[in-house]
Amino acid sequence: MLEIKNIYKTFNPGTINQKVALNNLNLTLNDGDFVTVIGGNGAGKSTMLNAISGVWKPDSGRITIDGVDVTGMPEHKRARFLGRVFQDPMLGTAADMSIQENMALALRRGNRRGLGWGITEKEKAQFKEALKTLDLGLESRVTSKVGLLSGGQRQAVTLLMATLKKPKLLLLDEHTAALDPKTAAKVLELSEKIVEENHLTALMVTHNMKDAIRYGNRLIMMHEGHVIFDVSGEEKKNLTVEGLVEMFSTASGEEFANDRALLSK
Amino acid sequence: MSIITSIINALPGAVAQGLIWGIMAIGLYITYKLLNISDLTVDGSMCTGAAVCVMLTIAGMPLPLAMVCAVIAGMLTGFVTGIFHTFMGIPAILAGILTQLSLYSVNLKIMGKANQALSVRNYDLLVSLQYIRNVPLWKNAIFVVAAFVVVLIAILYWFFGTEYGCSLRATGSNLNMSRAQGINTSFNTVIGLMLSNGIVALSGALLAQYQGFADVQMGRGAIVIGLAAIIIGNAVFGKIFKNFAFKLLAVAFGGVIYYIVYQIVICLGIDPDLLKLLSAMVVAVFLAIPYWKKTYFSVPKKGGNQNA
Repeated sequence: MLEIKNIYKTFNPGTINQKVALNNLNLTLNDGDFVTVIGGNGAGKSTMLNAISGVWKPDSGRITIDGVDVTGMPEHKRARFLGRVFQDPMLGTAADMSIQENMALALRRGNRRGLGWGITEKEKAQFKEALKTLDLGLESRVTSKVGLLSGGQRQAVTLLMATLKKPKLLLLDEHTAALDPKTAAKVLELSEKIVEENHLTALMVTHNMKDAIRYGNRLIMMHEGHVIFDVSGEEKKNLTVEGLVEMFSTASGEEFANDRALLSK
Repeated sequence: MSIITSIINALPGAVAQGLIWGIMAIGLYITYKLLNISDLTVDGSMCTGAAVCVMLTIAGMPLPLAMVCAVIAGMLTGFVTGIFHTFMGIPAILAGILTQLSLYSVNLKIMGKANQALSVRNYDLLVSLQYIRNVPLWKNAIFVVAAFVVVLIAILYWFFGTEYGCSLRATGSNLNMSRAQGINTSFNTVIGLMLSNGIVALSGALLAQYQGFADVQMGRGAIVIGLAAIIIGNAVFGKIFKNFAFKLLAVAFGGVIYYIVYQIVICLGIDPDLLKLLSAMVVAVFLAIPYWKKTYFSVPKKGGNQNA
């Protein structure tokens, strides 16, 4: 499904702010994989997701999605393969537009946008049905501006938008990090439900080790711009937070020094 | 009494002129409100529209065709700003200033001199300040410009409801989200600037006919007048006009109110040299109000209200 081969990316090369963000990153995702990604700050988790979605181009290496080489493809063109939910709830939706208009935009991802109506009556009904599954009462507020919704509500709508048109790959970039614990748990459950029901392939970055163990069928740990640890199946189910921390020290030769990750166990 | 009579006498002209500037403000609305860009190109493209319309009409081209050419010329100016901004990475405001400055030369070259007359006595014009009184309704300047406003709003209402129009609005609202949904935001920004400046050039073409000449100075400060119209329209009609078409209508009405106030101020005998200063000050204060509200007058709500 997704193949990342020998990706390198250095930010601000030749300056004092030089930062090697991705260092020979390799990762292959199989159809239907739900992979959780953990790692310390600056390990390259979000950078990897940005490389996949084309926010910038890598210095070298190759990325293919479902057999299509997307390495040089601009961000808006590869959007047709991807569903994306960002860390910042403000980023995933257009605040000045209504819930249903946002969803109509998402439904047309990858299609040519012509001069037909931007939203049809049939779609409005479809969106109401989809919103009901969120169980947030949003189905009665379809014409409300998204800017009026809370962060959690916006994140739930973004999640719905990312999967309204089934993506080849769903990218969740710490999408619950900005939410309060209760809302975060709800959005996570929803993510799992949507991934399972639609048999999606997904990459979920998280700072929460417990969540990383609980969700998905595979877990990867990143350090200094590449994958240092990759487990799936039974082995993943038996993981513990303590075990993960230990594995980090053996694999990287360093202490796992990330307060956020440790505190959230 | 004489002041009141002169105000009343000046009123129809102010309405017609205000509506023409209202069209300009509708063009500005597209960049300022929908694309979230302050596009200074308009100060130049308004005159470009006027110059192209006047020169082509003098050269013998039928007026409707000359006006279409004026709109196309305006769209080209927007295209240039769009390329400066998206392809060359110049900040939008600076891109607009660069185009505006170059348009000063371009407009002079189009006209050959700083001022070109287009007399209604020699040409069959659509609108003129001569056509305010004692003319049949369909020839009345207010009626003709109002018809332009209505048709323009109808077209824009349709356009921004289409799939493509929605993607333009999304571009202005959230670039990240737009790209994630497969929208080419650079292309859309260029198209939005073209559309906006095409409309501004149309208002320039109408204004040149109305006043009977095109002048290289005529667009100076257009963005401030346009912003004033948008702000006034929103302040007066914002509470009752929620629909997009009505919001655009409010902008046109804002232009009318601006010109009526302008006429009253002139009739009251205030030095016309000071008018641009006054306009700028009024717009500055109104632009500051949302910021002031947020910074100095916001009271934290009692008790948290947390929604999932």
